[in-house]
Amino acid sequence: MITIYIDGKPYQVEEGENLLRTCIKLGIDIPYFCYHPALGSVGACRLCAVKRYRDANDKNGRIVMSCMEPVSDGMMVSVNDEEVKNFRAAIIESLMTNHPHDCPICDEGGECHLQDMVVKTGHTYRRFEFKKRTFKNQYLGPYIHHEMNRCIQCYRCVRFYTDYAGGKDFGVTGAHNKLYFGRFEDGPFESIFSGNLVEVCPTGVFTDKTLRSHYTRKWDLTHAPSICNQCSAGCNIIFGERYGQVRRVLNRYNEAVNGFFICDRGRFNYEYINNKDTRITQSYVLGNPADSATVLNTLRNVIATNKVAAIGSSNSSVEANYLLQQLVGKENFYADVVAEDWEVLKTIKSILESNTVKVLSIKDIEKAEGVIVLGEDIYQTSPRLALAIRQSIRNKPLRKAQKINLPAWHANAVKTFIGHDRGPLFVAHTEANWLDEISEKTFRKNTSEIEQFAQAIVDHLEGKTLPQDTAQEVKYIIDALTDCRSVAIVSGTCLKSKKIVELSAKIASLLQSRNIESGIYYVVPKSNSMGMAILAEQSMDKLFGSSTPENIILLEPDLVFTDAIKSMLASCKNIIVLHHSRTAITEMANILVATGTIAESEGTLINAEGRMQRYFSVMPPQENVVAAWKWLSSLLGNNTFDEILIKISSDIPLLRRITEVAPDASYRVNGMKIPRQTPRFSGRTSMLAHKNVHEPKPVDDKNSPLSFSMEGTQKNSELGLMSFYLMPGWHSVQATNKLLRELDQVLNARSAGIRIWNS
Amino acid sequence: MERPLTQNIKADGTYCTIDEYRRNGGYEAARKAVQEMESQQITQTVKDANLLGRGGAGFNTGMKWSFVNISNPNEQRYVIANGDEMEPGTFKDRLLLEGDPHQLIEGMIIAAKALKASQGFIFVRWAYKKAHQTIQKALDEAYQAGFLGKNIFGSNFSFDLHLHTSVGRYICGEETALINSLEGKRANPRAKPPFPQISGLFGKPTIVNNVETYCNIPHIIKNGPVWYKALSRSSEGGTKLYGVSGRVKNPGLWELPLGVTVRELLFDYAGGMQEGYKFRGLLPGGASTDFLVEEHLDTPMDFASVAKAGSRLGTGTMIVLDDQTCPVAFVHNLIRFFANESCGWCTPCREGLPWVEKILEKIERGEGTEKDIDILRFHTKYLAPGNTFCALAPGAMEPLQSALKYFIDDFNRHIHEKKCPWKK
Amino acid sequence: MLTEHEIKEIEKEIALYPVKSAACIEALKIVQQHRGWVADEQIKDIAQLLDMSYEEVDGVATFYNMIFRKPVGRNVIYVCNSVTCYMMGYESIYQKLSQKLGIQWGETTSDGRFTLLPNPCLGDCDHAPAMMINSDHYNRLTPDKLDEILEKYK
Repeated sequence: MITIYIDGKPYQVEEGENLLRTCIKLGIDIPYFCYHPALGSVGACRLCAVKRYRDANDKNGRIVMSCMEPVSDGMMVSVNDEEVKNFRAAIIESLMTNHPHDCPICDEGGECHLQDMVVKTGHTYRRFEFKKRTFKNQYLGPYIHHEMNRCIQCYRCVRFYTDYAGGKDFGVTGAHNKLYFGRFEDGPFESIFSGNLVEVCPTGVFTDKTLRSHYTRKWDLTHAPSICNQCSAGCNIIFGERYGQVRRVLNRYNEAVNGFFICDRGRFNYEYINNKDTRITQSYVLGNPADSATVLNTLRNVIATNKVAAIGSSNSSVEANYLLQQLVGKENFYADVVAEDWEVLKTIKSILESNTVKVLSIKDIEKAEGVIVLGEDIYQTSPRLALAIRQSIRNKPLRKAQKINLPAWHANAVKTFIGHDRGPLFVAHTEANWLDEISEKTFRKNTSEIEQFAQAIVDHLEGKTLPQDTAQEVKYIIDALTDCRSVAIVSGTCLKSKKIVELSAKIASLLQSRNIESGIYYVVPKSNSMGMAILAEQSMDKLFGSSTPENIILLEPDLVFTDAIKSMLASCKNIIVLHHSRTAITEMANILVATGTIAESEGTLINAEGRMQRYFSVMPPQENVVAAWKWLSSLLGNNTFDEILIKISSDIPLLRRITEVAPDASYRVNGMKIPRQTPRFSGRTSMLAHKNVHEPKPVDDKNSPLSFSMEGTQKNSELGLMSFYLMPGWHSVQATNKLLRELDQVLNARSAGIRIWNS
Repeated sequence: MERPLTQNIKADGTYCTIDEYRRNGGYEAARKAVQEMESQQITQTVKDANLLGRGGAGFNTGMKWSFVNISNPNEQRYVIANGDEMEPGTFKDRLLLEGDPHQLIEGMIIAAKALKASQGFIFVRWAYKKAHQTIQKALDEAYQAGFLGKNIFGSNFSFDLHLHTSVGRYICGEETALINSLEGKRANPRAKPPFPQISGLFGKPTIVNNVETYCNIPHIIKNGPVWYKALSRSSEGGTKLYGVSGRVKNPGLWELPLGVTVRELLFDYAGGMQEGYKFRGLLPGGASTDFLVEEHLDTPMDFASVAKAGSRLGTGTMIVLDDQTCPVAFVHNLIRFFANESCGWCTPCREGLPWVEKILEKIERGEGTEKDIDILRFHTKYLAPGNTFCALAPGAMEPLQSALKYFIDDFNRHIHEKKCPWKK
Repeated sequence: MLTEHEIKEIEKEIALYPVKSAACIEALKIVQQHRGWVADEQIKDIAQLLDMSYEEVDGVATFYNMIFRKPVGRNVIYVCNSVTCYMMGYESIYQKLSQKLGIQWGETTSDGRFTLLPNPCLGDCDHAPAMMINSDHYNRLTPDKLDEILEKYK
């Protein structure tokens, strides 16, 4: 720790950081544009200017950019010096000479970082009286809208898209004050991370087209914290809703999982929630619309008199799956996974459970010096992980940068100095994949070859002699990995190989025994595959063939409609399906129960690393639709959500801490709930006036400490309950950086979810 | 008067071939440096000679070289000659490149030995087509004679030198932007630290020096720092190429002892103002320097003295403002140049310079107001060194701020008379 | 498609640098030398040859003012418009050229013979006003010298 002086006051701070980030963490707000915690400092916008003094006698000081100044012991700076405040206001004035007065028609308005910074610097009166430069916009695909006139040339977009995310189809052209950020020609973005541009851009150049199609101002949206259900990474998101429609998805900061970024699948794949054609809005019994009472009675009858089998869903919550299992009995509950995959999944679970090898988080992998991927196409199966692996290749070369005192946050200098050096990333897979290009070496092998390859690595690490050419191939990799301080082994269920899974763990523990920080990460297929692995005891294959049940319940089936499944269902007497959207399977149901989607329900999902995370509803489901867990709870004693968590906690040892994942429904801050709506939310009294002129009573959320209104505390510090970013002076997603202060001080394990396996 | 830099320049404009160059004692200094001197010794000699960088910054060249760590024999290091002379009013490097390219090459060989660099580039601007040819011819001659390539002078020192011709953009004259351009990129400058001596071309230790600077090196090595310092009238060593352009009788370029006065240059060498023109002021070192006026005529043209007079020696090529030229138009022309040449990286330069240009145009048109002068003054403080990412914008403000100081009456006339008093 | 010749020349340049992308400016120069300007098609070809993205190459091409991304005439006139040439009369040179050729800054004659461009200081200030046509340098210009000079260029 060192001491620095800001406007005369001493502060104890950590070494190695830049002054801007240090000040943000201290709660001292210096305005900035081009700096980004994940992208580092480049010193382009000049907005983060502060005064630096040589010593106590230096009365004038000189203006420096805080994002580019490393903190040093005894450093003296001023943030509030008059001259530097005027300078910052002048920077805004400069930017405003070309920035159009689009606020009233700009999507970003209300959550715009530029707006916040203009207000923060105090610049108001525009002296510029000449014409502004304008640009033609490009068509960039169905997800991102382009409006170049608004650009303030902070270069964040190219730095994110090309440097950070490795995207190839985006760049900057032109010079002086005619810079253009776009593609070579019109067309959809190719990178699966392109959606992050809408959050990375501090103004309205890149905005969410899906939001635009049903636009609502940020302050009018109802938001709630949720978890992405598109893969097993478990990225944290925020849904935004109005008038019963989910309107957009935002990244929700989680240090260990997704950080500041999510992929486009999670960001743009929500319209199924709103799709009037495919949503099941009504339950049916034997083809006739049925109300809840009828549905429940029918179900009770079926279950009371008969043996009923049930297939859970790897995309549904732990609670819903657990309750279904309770309903039909453990011996009648089946995982929605075929035998071949189930074997692999169970193997993964037992390895993780055995505590013999460290289970890594995505953040751990991002920080690792060496990574080896065995038998997974990460860009397809867990994109956010691929993004993290891409960052990891910088880590070993960064050691060189440390030698010349070059801090990691000095983005362009590090990029230059490191050049094309990269840390050891090895990828062995059956198909060409995105990571090939940045790998040190990539191996195209078939499944059994990869198994042999992994075996050879284990053998070599155990000191066994190998045939000449295998030895050479493998020695190279091991030499590279053993020279690392930390190594991540990544594999998964993709190739359906138990061997690869087991050998991956072995490699990790052998490296660990050589004092190299090593760990494992297994990519599994779905958002709650791990939950399924823990709860279920048998694969649904057991239901095929002779043991076809008479009665079957399927929970939100996300199954490939194979012939095996089709013929199994065809021979059932009662097919009970609980689902939110029409599929081939729902068409076969004779009892169809309308469930709420992830946006209309609460629940816990367990991601690939065994992290339990809670999602909350952003809107109550419409009439006749009920969350799956609630349907099931009604058949089992009508417990509340929290009561169910307590049951799970005592029933299932591995899930003992499920009650700690988020505060329970009784949690209050100063006696108040946490609002899902901003204090500026408008239209409450008139929103439904066309249906009923009386002001509707806000729905009471009995299942969580969140409220469906603006009433509530403004002092929420639980990241897991964070519904929207709004702090005094910070209306945009940059408010997350304000949170960094809290995060560093309150590193609350709960905020990042609860790991089942801590090792 | 000794004129080491221009002693081989021929009146007919052809370049000095390698044979002619060697006949005049050329490559002797390189031989001495490569065969007889240690790298550190060379650097110390150059430092002792107090050769200040001739590109405009005026930093002690030997000291600049000393920041390169030469201890790792396996590390790639580079020496680069900055021949991107594009500062308006500057035309000195062109003479050296067209007339005596071997002098530059020899200087770079010595520098490469001092810095244990195995590769070098001569970066020449697009427009100097004749220089491209002469340099390439000279490089071919030098390779053939064994002064470039492997095992120079039979030692284990090898050095490859290549010509790179640019494709425009004044900002390439900024050393870190030049390095980016050599890397095939957009020529945005880089943040310093880290300095090019630590992380330069392709992240390797690199020295970038002006062409004229390198041309001094062989003479320093051949004749020693004491001799070199004695050439000058000040403690800053050597001779300097000085130029004068504008409405003078005899515009041109002369090699003179460092420290001749403005008066000598303007009247003795440039012959004073043309008939019918009166002297009003001059920019002593190219477009990005402050005006000097009548009261400064006896200022010695060395780095320290010109700085004391409130300006910069810069490149040492003077642009003379006569009384028939509108000072507002003069400054407007300069600012238009700088605004167009901004790389676009940092806010104040990118947005500020076009605004200043538009205001100057407005004033020149006769539509200016007092408020406009305020905005101009504001920009001269706003675009100060440190506030911007590099020195382009602060340089642009130098002629403006001094024009507002010395010619404010002319600006006001435009505003009050609602026209340019110089327009017929 | 780049010609064999162009590719060979570019590859020679690539050999000088530790990484292919460093030859980007050289590649653009070479292509422009052969074709007069660089079209979208060639940007893509260069990108593929140098393992760069189209956007990276175009970003470099559009940064530098001597790389033309639009067709130019068979001969390009660059008139210096910096401060000394201003004092010494470049405007009258421009007037004469503009009048004679019937074009303004940035335009090309309808027969494709000349494009007229401004250029910053050509480094010939003691012989101002100066201009270049293609690679040829002209100084000490007066409006009456222009006819003879232009005659040389077909």
